[in-house]
Amino acid sequence: MTDAKDLYLRQHETFLANGGSVAPEWVQQVRRAAIERFGEAGFPTVKEEAWRFTSVDGLTKQEFTRAPGAASPNEARLDEYLIGDRESRIVALTVNGRYVPPSRHPAVPPGVIVTGLAAAVGGEHADLLQEHLAKYARPDGSPFAALGTAFIEDGVFVHVPKNVVLDQPVQIVHYTVAGPERVVTHPRTLVLVDEGAQATFVETYSGDDDTFYWTNAVTEYVIGENAVVDAYRVQRESGQAFHTAVSHSYQARSSVYSWNAFAFGSALTRNDVHAVLDGEGAEATLNGLTVITDRQHVDYHTTIDHAQPHCNSWELFNGVYDGRSRGVFTGRIIVRPGAQKTDAKQTNNNLLLSKQARADSQPQLEIYADDVKCTHGATLGPIDDAAMFYLRSRGLGEVEARNLLTYGFGAEVLNSVSIEELRENLNALVHARLDR
Amino acid sequence: MLKITNLHASVGGTEILHGVDLAVDAGQVHAIMGPNGSGKSTLAQVMAGHPAYEVTQGSIEFQGEDLLALEPQERAQKGLFMAFQYPVEIRGITNAYFLRSAVNAIRKARGEEEYDTIDFLDVLDEKLEAIGWDDSFLNRAVNEGFSGGEKKRNEILQMAVLEPTLAVLDETDSGLDIDAVRVVAEAVNKFRSPDRSTIVVTHYQRILNYLEPDVVHVLHEGRIVRSGDKALAVELEEKGYDWLRAEVAAG
Repeated sequence: MTDAKDLYLRQHETFLANGGSVAPEWVQQVRRAAIERFGEAGFPTVKEEAWRFTSVDGLTKQEFTRAPGAASPNEARLDEYLIGDRESRIVALTVNGRYVPPSRHPAVPPGVIVTGLAAAVGGEHADLLQEHLAKYARPDGSPFAALGTAFIEDGVFVHVPKNVVLDQPVQIVHYTVAGPERVVTHPRTLVLVDEGAQATFVETYSGDDDTFYWTNAVTEYVIGENAVVDAYRVQRESGQAFHTAVSHSYQARSSVYSWNAFAFGSALTRNDVHAVLDGEGAEATLNGLTVITDRQHVDYHTTIDHAQPHCNSWELFNGVYDGRSRGVFTGRIIVRPGAQKTDAKQTNNNLLLSKQARADSQPQLEIYADDVKCTHGATLGPIDDAAMFYLRSRGLGEVEARNLLTYGFGAEVLNSVSIEELRENLNALVHARLDR
Repeated sequence: MLKITNLHASVGGTEILHGVDLAVDAGQVHAIMGPNGSGKSTLAQVMAGHPAYEVTQGSIEFQGEDLLALEPQERAQKGLFMAFQYPVEIRGITNAYFLRSAVNAIRKARGEEEYDTIDFLDVLDEKLEAIGWDDSFLNRAVNEGFSGGEKKRNEILQMAVLEPTLAVLDETDSGLDIDAVRVVAEAVNKFRSPDRSTIVVTHYQRILNYLEPDVVHVLHEGRIVRSGDKALAVELEEKGYDWLRAEVAAG
């Protein structure tokens, strides 16, 4: 059996030899440090605490090769993901990890940058990238972040400067065209929202139906003082795909960040979500909704790091599991020494629609301050009999009652989606999965 | 309207009702009183069709039909409503959405046209106005985070919207302060009409200060042991259930 780690170490050598070395020296250094780290760590195994419920054996048994750049996505498909009218929407697309410049440049306010990462690295904002790229989702935090960083080449770069308010969401689509090959992509996203600015982001991950590929995504949100960021993440990968991801956010004083993730596709998803509250009065909300079936597996491994006092965080992760699917939620909350008046609330609800479905939930509170409020709660089980009787006693048939109760798990998270069109699209996706 | 004959019912193999007889005519309000464990809630649950309760003997006839042969949803579709003693929280579903789903399920079963969202909001507004309530409940998830009183009021709102022919209120007045009891009673009074009946199951007499029951029954150890007018409720309140126990024991 080929050793998976060696396979990707060798691919990395080839990557550097075949044009990967064109990047500036600092990028080379970032890559070298990352591949070194990956070489040390290798792929995780279920013997590691953070991976005990999620095996990546299915992924490491396959040989994925770097996806070719020249591929065109299904245009109709992309339209399905995008919201808003064509004239005004701001879209950043990557195909197989490479940025595809739009044919028509959207009307972004002066100073706002929405561009490809490769172009930005060599462009006038290189200093911003050097300052921030790979500084948050650090290679030592996750072997998948290390691997993604080692193969850094292109992706999406967004910069919203001080006090600018974007009235349209920035829609980021990372699409994989796999064809018959087994390909891996490392879509990278870096978003900088400066002091007092406000912006909304919708990240969509997808690929051609019924194709077999691996998406290894890394996203970093860097949020300045008093800035407001709403981020949505929609995972609609092919049912055969692997999806590993690191979603990192770093917040300064009095900033407000909400991250809402929706997982529908992939055979296996592991999303490490890391939110750092590093300024007084910052607030973070992490919400997630998973609706899966068959043998799908979705694992959200979340960490909220309360590094400063007077910060609030809320987490609500709901999952609806049918077939032999499995959900995993880990909610780690760290309250650093001195982070007094922290208020953290975590909720994880798991609905099991079949006897073979399974969900694991584990809160991990690490509290090093004494004047804090941290609460967590989890529910797990089939449809509640008392609720079924309640609804039936109001005239709903058994199927209707069951669907309504199931939909409620989704609606609880969907209700927090503030973009109406996106909420309707997601709503339709939830219904499409539940009403079959 | 309703005729209960020699009803025996058990839960988990233990018989709770030992032969209940009760007849309610259209337009009447009946009160069923009784101490804890007398079978009041069991009677309400059996009427609504709770699957945990097993009827071992007797019958319930509702508008000429065998009620016990119907599924819970069919009972609701035919005009029976039970206000729950402990209403259930429904995650993620707003009251407005829930009410519309319920009304439409009932209308569909009756071959009537279903309401769309806009039409239904008009219906809701009308109901709220009729009972003098505001719309603050409508966009909250059903019973989630509601106080005990809010949950009970929500049951009454459902009753008003679903317009049942027979409403069974299972201890809707328990745990409410006197203002809330009055609010519930007023809504029941507004609901009253010649073709609708109400059964108020209660532990306490005080809600009857605001209602005019046609008949008051006392349920004791799974049987109706006394029936009378409102004076019976007052007597019970004064003398307590112990008096009743002694009376029953004395035969």
